[in-house]
Amino acid sequence: MIHSLFLVNASGDIFLEKHWKSVVSRSVCDYFFEALERATEPENVPPVIPTPHHYLINVLRHRIYFVAVIQSEVPPLFVIEFLHRVVDTFQDYFGVCTEAAIKDNVVVVYELLEEMLDNGFPLATESNILKELIKPPTILRTVVNTITGSTNVGEQLPTGQLSVVPWRRTGVKYTNNEAYFDVIEEIDAIIDKSGSTITAEIQGVIDACVKLTGMPDLTLSFMNPRLLDDVSFHPCVRFKRWEAERILSFIPPDGNFRLLSYHVSSQNLVAIPVYVKHNISFREGSSQGRFELTLGPKQTMGKAVESVLVSSQLPRGVLNANLNPSQGTYTFDPVTKLLSWDVGKINPQKLPSLKGSMSLQAGASKPDENPTINIQFKIQQLAISGLKVNRLDMYGEKYKPFKGIKYMTKAGKFQVRT
Amino acid sequence: MTDSKYFTTTKKGEIFELKAELNSDKKEKKKEAVKKVIASMTVGKDVSALFPDVVNCMQTDNLELKKLVYLYLMNYAKSQPDMAIMAVNTFVKDCEDLNPLIRALAVRTMGCIRVDKITEYLCEPLRKCLKDEDPYVRKTAAVCVAKLHDINAQLVEDQGFLDTLKDLISDSNPMVVANAVAALSEIAESHPNSNLLDLNPQTINKLLTALNECTEWGQIFILDCLASYLPRDDRESQSICERVTPRLSHANSAVVLSAVKVLMKFMEMLPKDLDYYGTLLKKLAPPLVTLLSAEPELQYVALRNINLIVQKRPEILKHEMKVFFVKYNDPIYVKLEKLDIMIRLASQANIAQVLAELKEYATEVDVDFVRKAVRAIGRCAIKVEQSAERCVSTLLDLIQTKVNYVVQEAIVVIKDIFRKYPNKYESVIATLCENLDSLDEPEARAAMIWIVGEYAERIDNADELLESFLEGFHDESTQVQLQLLTAIVKLFLKKPTETQELVQQVLSLATQDSDNPDLRDRGYIYWRLLSTDPVAAKEVVLAEKPLISEETDLIEPTLLEELICHIGTLASVYHKPPSAFVEGSRGVQHKRLPPRAGSGESTESPDVGQSGPSEAPPAVIPSQGDLLGDLLNLDLAPPTATVPSVQPSMQMGAMDLLGGGLDSLLGGDIGGSPSMGAGLGAAPAAMPASLGSAPAVGGGLGDLFDLGGGVGMPTGSYVAPKTVWLLAMKAKGLEISGTFARRGGIIQMDLSLTNKAMSVMTDFAIQFNRNSFGLAPAGPLQVLTPLSPNQTIDVSLPLSTSGPVMKMEPLNNLQVAVKNNIDVFYFSCQYPLSLLFVEDGKMDRQVFLATWKDIPNDNEAQFQIKDIHLNSDVASNKLQGSNIFTIAKRTVEGQDMLYQSVKLTNGIWVLAEMRIQTGNPNYTLSIKCRAPEVCPFVYQCYELVLKN
Repeated sequence: MIHSLFLVNASGDIFLEKHWKSVVSRSVCDYFFEALERATEPENVPPVIPTPHHYLINVLRHRIYFVAVIQSEVPPLFVIEFLHRVVDTFQDYFGVCTEAAIKDNVVVVYELLEEMLDNGFPLATESNILKELIKPPTILRTVVNTITGSTNVGEQLPTGQLSVVPWRRTGVKYTNNEAYFDVIEEIDAIIDKSGSTITAEIQGVIDACVKLTGMPDLTLSFMNPRLLDDVSFHPCVRFKRWEAERILSFIPPDGNFRLLSYHVSSQNLVAIPVYVKHNISFREGSSQGRFELTLGPKQTMGKAVESVLVSSQLPRGVLNANLNPSQGTYTFDPVTKLLSWDVGKINPQKLPSLKGSMSLQAGASKPDENPTINIQFKIQQLAISGLKVNRLDMYGEKYKPFKGIKYMTKAGKFQVRT
Repeated sequence: MTDSKYFTTTKKGEIFELKAELNSDKKEKKKEAVKKVIASMTVGKDVSALFPDVVNCMQTDNLELKKLVYLYLMNYAKSQPDMAIMAVNTFVKDCEDLNPLIRALAVRTMGCIRVDKITEYLCEPLRKCLKDEDPYVRKTAAVCVAKLHDINAQLVEDQGFLDTLKDLISDSNPMVVANAVAALSEIAESHPNSNLLDLNPQTINKLLTALNECTEWGQIFILDCLASYLPRDDRESQSICERVTPRLSHANSAVVLSAVKVLMKFMEMLPKDLDYYGTLLKKLAPPLVTLLSAEPELQYVALRNINLIVQKRPEILKHEMKVFFVKYNDPIYVKLEKLDIMIRLASQANIAQVLAELKEYATEVDVDFVRKAVRAIGRCAIKVEQSAERCVSTLLDLIQTKVNYVVQEAIVVIKDIFRKYPNKYESVIATLCENLDSLDEPEARAAMIWIVGEYAERIDNADELLESFLEGFHDESTQVQLQLLTAIVKLFLKKPTETQELVQQVLSLATQDSDNPDLRDRGYIYWRLLSTDPVAAKEVVLAEKPLISEETDLIEPTLLEELICHIGTLASVYHKPPSAFVEGSRGVQHKRLPPRAGSGESTESPDVGQSGPSEAPPAVIPSQGDLLGDLLNLDLAPPTATVPSVQPSMQMGAMDLLGGGLDSLLGGDIGGSPSMGAGLGAAPAAMPASLGSAPAVGGGLGDLFDLGGGVGMPTGSYVAPKTVWLLAMKAKGLEISGTFARRGGIIQMDLSLTNKAMSVMTDFAIQFNRNSFGLAPAGPLQVLTPLSPNQTIDVSLPLSTSGPVMKMEPLNNLQVAVKNNIDVFYFSCQYPLSLLFVEDGKMDRQVFLATWKDIPNDNEAQFQIKDIHLNSDVASNKLQGSNIFTIAKRTVEGQDMLYQSVKLTNGIWVLAEMRIQTGNPNYTLSIKCRAPEVCPFVYQCYELVLKN
């Protein structure tokens, strides 16, 4: 199981270590540092690093490497998922997951880690339960604790820990009962030079914020559940009911949680909401290159495409770019060769464009590589897959809750090749 | 107010100040002080000096303070065992607290204190907690048993905790069940043959019920445990599959992958014509695809596993090619894995898409990735025959880009395409030749030279091209030199009239001016071949080469099956069997897929492609570090039929080997001395047997083949007389003779060092080269006094088997370096394999039977042991002395059958059956082992033990 955890910051210093079994010397991290040195980018450190006696599994989040040390055969995904949970918990507790925040709350961090893992076995990883065991630091509580000398450690066994619904504590009370669901879809796509789609898929999630008194039992049904053939549920969802009736039936956790995530695969037809016309060319023997880019909406069901941001890694040979945007602003970093253009909203009547020239190093030959254009955007009030919630009902409690559903489509990894 | 204040230090000395605060009367101050101590501990500062003061704070009703003290205790108890005893009373008291949280906390912390004295006191509280009324306490106690087992396994067994733990599998609370399973699995890992997780349909049913209700982590433990169960029939298998399938929709990717493992394994038992089988196949694809939309590190692990799944059951993902297309900002480790899977999924149906993608990748920025992409195009050409033409034209397009590394990589793969489809695409040679000058990487140059040599008759200026390479012959890397040599010889055989001068030039360069033994050997062989019998030379050098196979990188089917049983584990990430690398797993059982019910066929894995012996690609040059192996493993691989015609040159090569390079290397002479017998043991394995009759080396080889006579092998109590390993004349006066022995489980190398020089020798040290079983000196060479002239000193060097491992040829070869104040000397010797037979090599009878059946028949080797006049009991006793254990004896029609087992230090089991016919002095020995290469050496041991 998981032996130890080291937190390493961007400059390569270990700033926290925790051991669940015997102490493993921090020199074991030297193997990690070696890998770090070899990697061209911080993201390129291999996730599993073998050493003579241990294995190091790391994830990079918020510019911190979480390095777990294991000694025996442990499923790596188990370790990675656990590390993700640690990151989420820190974020949940401290608002941000940074070196400063962790150092500021080092004792809470230590208490949390101890509570999350026992002898390498996960103990309590649900944020509900943890929060009952160790109260998150707030300014008010810190002040109160200092004055009264009370503690931020729960004295009672968390109620949810052993019940059949471990994700929900009992005795929840709200004056305003509300349940909000956000259907958020990210579209990943690769578009080739000629504008045709090579692959496109949708990663969707339904995030919920449920603040309901007591033990409500909710059902959520869809207009077109057939879209959801590849789904991952929060443990609260009753799988049998879904299999049989295609209805989500569940007792929700209290507060924010992800109800389900789904995947609409590349085999379905996925609507592509924007198109790009581009012409990036270099001529042999000339130190100038042409750059032209025009964006336009496509298959957006009449909704506006907003917060558009275009970025592209230009070839290494490009010295500078002299461009003229029809709207928004652009920057070009001559060191990293990263061009980014903050477009804003696309107006279908007047399509945004970015045109101009690039200068190459004098005498350099025509660059070999073709830059890829990365596009980010948002479309409010639209789930691009066409998914629609039919109705939301509540059973088990008497009051009438306030219900709300929101849709949004975002670009995930949306890439256009040139 | 944040915790960072705990990190500030004062000039006075932190420890001193903390001590004062810890002993303060004010509770609040105490707590703050403990927090400071913990903060220092987290950043790796040593605050163990405060141990007594912190322990004093333990008796408190403040839960947070208690927890903090516990945290501290866990970290430092080991370094202060005597002080830790002070805490025991509080622990025992807390284990009876009214609050279950405190009871659980106490038993949990106590288990983490890895001090023997404390564990004794832990037993009683633990026993109570395992039967506690509160499930929270029970589930904590279950894990505690695993902790205790790690510290003191015997204690856990004696106290009967294992049985209590087994009972917990039937607990009413799913969380308790999950933790009990987790604890048992961890314990079982160190007891590979124990029946700890005794799974039967009832327990399986309980586990499946708990599976639905426990936490995600518990689900992982239970699924992993289920995966080791073998259902009785296909119906049970199907019902388990049905109950596991919902886990595929879990949000936790580790749960998903564990579920995939269970399904992949149990699916094996389902009849293929069953409807459910098809349904299941369809259900497996979406969760695997979903894993690929997760964070890159999850993707990486998922991809490594998908790579296995695709090899085992390509049908699952055959329509999902697109999800493996590379995004330009994927981390490089994800890109490379995706590429690999793309090639595996490539088929006639999707090849156009794949090629278009690969071509796109070839223009990316990352050079490594571009190279792999170009190679991938070549692999596609070899894999999908119908598309070969397309691939070649894509490669030609890429060559036109003139990007240096793309061109080089393309040429390397085109060479492979030529080998797969000879006489089909030679029209492109002209284009390739245009790029000759831009090639600067050895592999590309070698590939190009191979092409020129192979198709010399079609290239008008082949001689000019090759000659141009010859100018800088000495600056080329070995693989280019070897290739050039071969290519020119080919050219000569094809166009003898114009190229005589060229071939002479290259032969003299290779044989006279080169330091590289490989090159020299090949040169000599060609030279001899050409001068003795040009017709034979033509047959050998221009022999028709076997076609290279489609996929040479497929995992071997048995390993693949084992890995499928380990989906989701480290083994599956590294594609190595778990026994091969994980330190903690002492002797993991090999898992195999269950046989399919109803039908006779047990596996449907694709045949492993055999890459035939190939003369041309430079990669064939053995990469082992074993010098002897290299020298003798002549890199000339003609079809066996032509062996006789090679004989003259082989002799010549061998004589030269023995006369020229070797004696200086080995310090032995050829006269057939026993020391050479030890040194040259590689010969029987690597040389054709016909060589044995060569008169010049007859003496030496005679010894070689009679290993028993030349190098005495020690057994049990019998230790062979020492033989001379290093001759004084070759080692500036130092003579070393020695032998090996295993005494009471300890491996020893007995050495006699004799000083035959005129001056005193001091500063002895010894080192081993990496070897097959990781033998390494367990301590320094203890030569305390200087060795004066004509003095002999006997030393016994204990050896361990924890050194670095590299396969040697022969397996039991050991290369040794001995240093003294004068110089460093090298010699090699062979140790009897019985050195590695461990004392606990007696296998359980049932396990033996199962294992014997489990090992494929191909791995069985038969031997005759001649002239033994012992009855079976005496023989069996004798063998037992060398840790060859007789497990069972059976007498059938006057024949005694002895079933025996041997375990090697690296955990390899060797099973043997010895047949003894009364009155017949010849025994028949059948040896079975998963690593068949050890069989001959085990046989040698048998012979030696029985004959001495």
